[in-house]
Amino acid sequence: MTFRRYLVLAFVSVAAPLGDTFLDVGMKSIGPVSLTHITTLFHAVSTPWVLAGIVMLIGFFASYLTALSWADLTFVLPATSLGNVVVALLARFWRHEDISLSRWAGIFLITAAVGFVTQGPSYTEHEKPLPARDVEEVY
Amino acid sequence: MNELHHSGLTNAAMIACIVAAATIGDVMIASAMRQIGDLDDIKAHAGLLGAIKAVITNTRFFCGVAAMAVSFFSLLFALSHADLSLVAPASASLTVVTNTIAGKVFLKENVDRRRWLAALCVCFGVALLAR
Repeated sequence: MTFRRYLVLAFVSVAAPLGDTFLDVGMKSIGPVSLTHITTLFHAVSTPWVLAGIVMLIGFFASYLTALSWADLTFVLPATSLGNVVVALLARFWRHEDISLSRWAGIFLITAAVGFVTQGPSYTEHEKPLPARDVEEVY
Repeated sequence: MNELHHSGLTNAAMIACIVAAATIGDVMIASAMRQIGDLDDIKAHAGLLGAIKAVITNTRFFCGVAAMAVSFFSLLFALSHADLSLVAPASASLTVVTNTIAGKVFLKENVDRRRWLAALCVCFGVALLAR
């Protein structure tokens, strides 16, 4: 893992929660959407906050794809769970939501899990089938 | 009616929809990216356009994106009913657990003790988040 690759993972961590928070601002301003008026969701896409959220999530997606091209899915996803901490901070200090002690404990536990995973290898090398000539040499 | 909207069961159902669609999407996309290879190498040889072309011409990638779109609209629906601090971490963290299982079964990734332990920690973390 190079420094640049850690930067890609860091961007994935920050872009996703920011995008989610923008979506939250947009959807809360629209109000609850009922199943009978499900098309309201398509209208929501044209509102500024939801649009800003989508732009952030596109940035997240591009960096996420890059990460998946050189690391395992089971390595990338926990590593990006750090975004949960960012979501909690944004929810608490920007959206003024109440975060109970147990939720903070949950967030801490998830962050600890991320620590476990990032200590291990990032990619599983799959054995490629040997060419026929090499197989004969082996046996 | 309002109570029903905010009940734990409704929240659980909305989160389950997000997680199921996201897991299918993640596995399909991860499989596509493994098939395509290291994007940094492709970019070095064929440039940025070459890397973009390699991704957007992959069928498996599009199936994954379709599943992610379902997950996204499920997220929008859930956010209009429940708190961001519950929906976002719970769905994201549960996706880690389902992806760990899917990564082992479908992508044949080396999910060692460390990664299982991490998934377990995430499980407890989610339980605490939902309280």
